[in-house]
Amino acid sequence: MTPRIIFAGDSCIVVEYGNSIDMEINARVQALRAEIESRRFSGFIETIPTYRSLAVCFDPLAAPPNLDKLLLEMAEIAGNTSTIGEEKRKLLIVPACYEGDFAPDIEKVAANAGITVDEVKRRHSARDCYCYMLGFVPGYSYLGGMDESLETPRLKEPRERIPSGSVAIGGKQTGIYPIESPGGWNLIGKTPLRMFDPLRTPAIFLEAGMWVRFVPIDTSEFERLAETAALPDWKPDIREEIVRKEVA
Amino acid sequence: MPVIEVIKPGMFTTVQDLGRFRSQMQGVPVAGAMDSAALRLGNILLGNDENAAGLEVTITGPTLKVITGECCCAITGAEVGVTKNGLPISNWTVHKIVTGDEISFSPPPQNGGVRAYFCVSSGFEVPLSMGSRSTYTRGGFGGHKGRALKAEDVLRTVDPGVLSGEHEGFVCPPRLRPDRNPGAPLRVMPGQQEEAFTEEGIETFYSSEYVITNSADRMGYRMEGAAIAHREGADIISDGICLGSVQVPGHGQPIVMLADRQTTGGYTKIGVVCTVDLGKLAQRLPGQKVRFVKTTLAEAVSFLQQEATLFNSLKELRADWRRIPQVKENHVPAAETRSICVTVNGKTHSVLWEVLN
Repeated sequence: MTPRIIFAGDSCIVVEYGNSIDMEINARVQALRAEIESRRFSGFIETIPTYRSLAVCFDPLAAPPNLDKLLLEMAEIAGNTSTIGEEKRKLLIVPACYEGDFAPDIEKVAANAGITVDEVKRRHSARDCYCYMLGFVPGYSYLGGMDESLETPRLKEPRERIPSGSVAIGGKQTGIYPIESPGGWNLIGKTPLRMFDPLRTPAIFLEAGMWVRFVPIDTSEFERLAETAALPDWKPDIREEIVRKEVA
Repeated sequence: MPVIEVIKPGMFTTVQDLGRFRSQMQGVPVAGAMDSAALRLGNILLGNDENAAGLEVTITGPTLKVITGECCCAITGAEVGVTKNGLPISNWTVHKIVTGDEISFSPPPQNGGVRAYFCVSSGFEVPLSMGSRSTYTRGGFGGHKGRALKAEDVLRTVDPGVLSGEHEGFVCPPRLRPDRNPGAPLRVMPGQQEEAFTEEGIETFYSSEYVITNSADRMGYRMEGAAIAHREGADIISDGICLGSVQVPGHGQPIVMLADRQTTGGYTKIGVVCTVDLGKLAQRLPGQKVRFVKTTLAEAVSFLQQEATLFNSLKELRADWRRIPQVKENHVPAAETRSICVTVNGKTHSVLWEVLN
């Protein structure tokens, strides 16, 4: 898969793989990001991965000439490193309480799917979700892979204030609101984790290419975890798992 | 350590450095000075790191009072009026401020710009958030408590060191100040999705005059003028938004994305304004006009090289100013001091030291 490489202004170059939301395409983006991060080049500043492209920000006064060629070379190397049949997943465990005031729309989601509230909880936490990218607001993750039966249309009237940590469904997507913000997604729960804390290092634990596993908890567990998540030495539960791909 | 109290906050005064990098991949906007060249020059005047945090003052500036300590300050950017204890002081000049001094701002004249920078020796000391001191007000973090300044806020500056007063009176000559002519066109490189526009659409963009609307803030400037035609729709699968991107949503009106822009977005981008021209836009107000002209990558890079030459010239001048005694009259150094200008990897630094017995 040869990407399209195009300068976007004098300080950014974009590497584009296809034009669709596709895990194979996104895996290429993440592989190239890892390659650039590990090799660097003079003048390199940072990358912005999205569903199907990688923006690479650099200082043009320090960067090597022919940066487009260098990136094409890196893309080729990155394309060769993906292992077939096996995949190492970095997984963030996200405890979520699907109860009471945290879940004002869970009954609507259940009715829409024709299932019970308990079944919504079970299905929402049964499948790991893939983080394609972060954007919109700091720490906001675009997750894919939610159980299709939970698809629910967005609210007709968006809420003005959605509390931070809310777990929500909007159409086919699910996500977590990292900061208090307006929004039109259906709220089905809340995590006690601080998905974004500007005074913590790192401020955001989730990265594009990671997976998210929702784990149902009750309100007393929520309160306990909310207290520990506020402590300065708190560390999230991030695991590495090897997943065997089904080879056709 | 100098301490400065905010007596009046002004319209919208925030702490800014050159921006927050390395977190865009997690959706964290860069923020930072809207006219970055002005902040950098202010810092160079004072002998600071170019990334030191200053106050970005918007049109109506604050009234500040030095509570304790002394340091130097410089005001760059928009042509605001500035007084020290009621007497006018000049912009683009290093001034000494001591305990009890009150600094007050008045708005710039018409066409005199929008954003001025109040820089102090060694910069303002606010906690680093994700590696930067820049305020991102929408997210409520960075800078002073994540917000614009309010009356009674107390700001500390980084300890200025014994040599900070050495450059009192040093001026940035007009030839080294950035050109902020409000009539200058903005030079644009083609964007990631130029092919999403019709040929007429592209022609319209580069030949029409646009007016800055009231929706013009640190996040982006929305323009109004001839509609730019897309081939088929304005929506794309979200991709990264770099500084200066010109987004054109379905209504065909361009939006130039600036310091507080979101990191990703789903609208087509017809072009990207050259980095050196963004300060020109940041110094314009709603109602003012903008024209876009096409340029190339090679030209855009050469503009940046020219800008870097200006920064280096000011650094050299600063070192010379220190060396040649007749330039600064009535100046008696406390001890013998020496300076030298050194260039390392293309970056010029002025080094100043004091001979101790």
